[in-house]
Order: sequence, then structure tokens, then C-alpha cells
Amino acid sequence: MKKKRLFEDAVHGIFLLLGLVTVGCVLIMTVYLILSGIPAIKEIGLFHFLFGKEWASTASEPQYGILPFILTSIYGTAGAILVGVPIGFFTAVFLSKIAGKTIRTAIETAVNLLAGIPSVVYGLVGMFVLVPGIRKLFNIPDGASLLAAIIVLAIMILPSIIKVSVTALDAVPREYEDASLALGATPIETYFKVSVPAAKSGIAAAVVLGVGRAIGEAMAVMMVAGNVANMPSLFQSVRFLTTAVASEMAYSSPGSLQQNALFSIALVLFLFIMLLNATLNFFLKRKKEN
Amino acid sequence: MKKVICFTAVALLLVSTLVGCQKGNRAVATDGSTSMSKVIGTLGEVFESNTGITVTYNATGSGAGIQAVEEGRCDIGLSSRGLKDSEKAKGLEETVLALDGIAIIVNSQNSIKDLTLDTVSKVYTGEIKNWNEVGGSEGEIVLIGREAGSGTRDGFESITDTKDKCVYRQELTSTGDVITTVASNPNAIGYASLASVKETVKALSINGITPSEETVKDGSYVVQRPFVLVTKKGTPLSENAQKFFDYITSKEASEVISRSGAVPIK
Repeated sequence: MKKKRLFEDAVHGIFLLLGLVTVGCVLIMTVYLILSGIPAIKEIGLFHFLFGKEWASTASEPQYGILPFILTSIYGTAGAILVGVPIGFFTAVFLSKIAGKTIRTAIETAVNLLAGIPSVVYGLVGMFVLVPGIRKLFNIPDGASLLAAIIVLAIMILPSIIKVSVTALDAVPREYEDASLALGATPIETYFKVSVPAAKSGIAAAVVLGVGRAIGEAMAVMMVAGNVANMPSLFQSVRFLTTAVASEMAYSSPGSLQQNALFSIALVLFLFIMLLNATLNFFLKRKKEN
Repeated sequence: MKKVICFTAVALLLVSTLVGCQKGNRAVATDGSTSMSKVIGTLGEVFESNTGITVTYNATGSGAGIQAVEEGRCDIGLSSRGLKDSEKAKGLEETVLALDGIAIIVNSQNSIKDLTLDTVSKVYTGEIKNWNEVGGSEGEIVLIGREAGSGTRDGFESITDTKDKCVYRQELTSTGDVITTVASNPNAIGYASLASVKETVKALSINGITPSEETVKDGSYVVQRPFVLVTKKGTPLSENAQKFFDYITSKEASEVISRSGAVPIK
């Protein structure tokens, strides 16, 4: 008996330790990011850093303003949501409520496949198909632009939006819909006026999840956006917060203001994503209370 | 993938620096130009596997490397430009290790075959905006460049005298990306290390000279720069550093140098 107890305790301890590994990683990264992000902000000045419109980190008179990156990240994410959410949302309603079993299985398999494609592949296809396509379609000199990034991101966030929304819609009790149908509402009226409102916090969570994925993506965006630190505009080459860090890190010399500023950009991005996670938690919590 | 390799390389370098410290005077310390990382990295590897002597490399930039030699903080300084007279006056000595040619590339559909260096500068600073201004067909010129900090960008901008003045349409993070992008856009122009240019794009001749290993070597192709080893005159190198110096300036290192993308002078 005592031996068994000892074994239980040991296993308990091991699992606790494994759990702490995750917590430890998060803590170490947070502390590291804050410690290495603060010095450059101090040196450049918070206002100049966040609201400066010019970034020229290796110029003879370096400029470290990240407003173009912040705005690009916000516009790019908003654009991806604007394009991706309607498609994802209606697909989810269709899958959960209207589609037959065979079609549902087929589409869900496709969605799962889409979720499994590595981001560099999205970037590659974007670079070879989307960028030249945009150049020809809009008759502009070069297709690498905010628009290309938005389209790539919109496709990338589709799987998370669809999957989470479908789960939320599936969880709506059958009785709600039956009651609505019994009162004479058509099926479509029922889906949009009863099922969707009942699942709204789940769908909101799906959108926030999509935002999180879009704002954190670097690789695919780097390959299609052109990476010039312009103020964002749809057909211009732009640089996101993520790509700003990724593209210059390799050559920046350790301890230089340039590298410290890149850490500061990462810190800003980190805060953005923390904020999003807090929003996500808020929605999920509300869902539980309902 | 390339980034991963870079990070690993940096991590390895950091570790090797530490190792170097522990071994005291055994390791050969080099410091300087970021553009030379590939050449010096490859040479260092071959040297280490032959002799067992570690070579460390600090990618700080040409200026910082020259300063490091002057202050005696490293054995050999690496510079991707010739020494200025003021630097020579401080008792520094230069030895050209290799030459680096930068090809100006355009799409293979582009009818332009030759530009002058001056025209290239004007194109990159946005003074010339359309291909028809330089004798090509109508079409806005799309400027493709590298990210800030890249050695190729630094080299190109200093040779064409366009430092901080280039109005890029795209800043890409690797030579391969530049070539791919230029190959897919008929109005694009870009620059890349001569050794990595493939047949998918057309390398322009500059001032009438086609870029090749020979024209870089004889100096007639002007978009090139020297890779220079900087040492202190009158101060002998440590035994290991001298061995490394002798090896990389010897004829047998030429093959390694050209494998790493630069043009050997021997």
C-alpha cells in the first residue's frame, strides 16, 4: 500500500515538473524579451520609437521609428480578417447546419489539410503565383504589396476560423433550432437568428484566434510583402512587425543599437499578442458562464 | 532555412569565441566585414580541419574590424574596402585576399544589355524611373535590393555611391530571393554576388564590360571590391595567426575562396 502511494507521489511530481517546464519557458522568454527590449526604447525614446515614421537602421544617421511596421501589422491583420472572416464564417454555418455528411467530410478534410500546410509553402506559392498575378491584374510595376500579404494571411487564418466556429455551432442545443422551426421560421432564418447568436462567443473566439495567427506570421509575409519600411498602402511594398525583426536580425551585430531595437520591436509585438490572448480568454470565459 | 543556418553559425561562433578565450593564445581572432563571413568562415573551417587551430570571426563591419586591429583586440582585421590613407598612416597594412564582383541583373526578357555605372546609380536613386529613358521598352523600373546590413547591399551602394539613397521597391533577405524575383518580373533590376547568378536572369555589362571572374580579376569590371586583410606594420603576428595568414594568402586556398563565392587573386 505504502509503495503504491510512493509511486503515485513520484508520478505526480514528475508531471508537475513537466508542467513547470512550460511555465518556466514562458517566464524566461518574457523576462528576456523585456530586459533586451527596454534599453533601445530608452535610448531612442518611447515616443520616437513608437511614432517615428522613418526606419533606417544602417544609415549614417540611423532612424528607428516603427510606426510604419505597427500600422502595417494592424492594416494587414484587419484586411485578412475582413476577407477571411466572411468566408470562414459562412463556410462554418454551411458545414455545421446545411451540408450533407459526405460534403462535410470532404470539406473538413480540405480545411484540415490547409491547416497543416507550412507557412513557407504559402509564401512560396504567393511569391510565384500571387505576386505576378497581382502585378498583371492591376497593371502595377510590382505585385509584392500589402494586398498580396492580406490575401495570403486571409487564406492562412481560414482553417482556425472555420474549425472553431464549426465546433461552436455544433454545440448549439438541437432544441433551440427545433423550437424555432416549430414556430414557422425557415431553416435559414433559424440558423442565422437562433444558432449563430447562440454560438456567438465561440465565433468571436474564432475571430480572435485568426487575428493572433495573422499578426504573428512572419515567413509567408516576408516572401510576398516586399519588406520596404513604407507607410502602409495597398499596392506598396510594406514591412510587418514580424518581418522587421526577421529580416534584419541575421546581419545585425550583437549589442548594437540596431539589434536592441529589433528586440524592442519583438517586445511591442509580444505585447500586441498578449493583449489578443487576454481578449480571447475574455470571450472563452464568457462562453463558459453562459 | 538560411536564417536557421545563420543563427546556428552565430551560436557556434559565440561558443567558439568562448573556447578561444579558454585556450588563450591558441585561437586566431579575426574581426570585421560582414560580407566576408562566408569566405573567412570557409577558410577557417578548412584551416581548422587541417591544423586543429581554431579561427574565430566577429562580424562587426569593416570599420570596426580595422579599429580592432589598431587597438590590438584581434589578430587579423577584415575589410571589404581598401584602407584609407589616414588608416595607413596609423601603421596599418593591407593584403588583398580576394575580389568580390557584384552582378547587376535584369529579367531575361529585358532588351537592355549594357548600362554605365552612372546610369545604375541614377536608376537606384530614382532619378531614372522608366526603362525607355535608358533605351529599353516602356515600363516602370522595379528596384530590387537586399535588407539593411547585408554585405552585398553595402558593397553595391558604396560602389555606385548610392548609400542611404536607394528607393527600393522590395528588400529581400537572400540572394536567391533577389534572383527569383528579378526572373519573375520583366521590369525588375537587382544585384547579387557574381558567383550566385544563374541563367534565369541576365547579368548586365557595365561600361561595356561583361562581368566574369576574369574581368573582375583584371579590374575592368568596376562593380567589385577587394576583400582585404588588415594587419599592423612592424608587429609580428602570433605563431598561429601567421600560419593562418600564410595559408589563406597561398595558392592552395584559391580553390576554397572561389568555392565560397569570391574571386581569388592568385
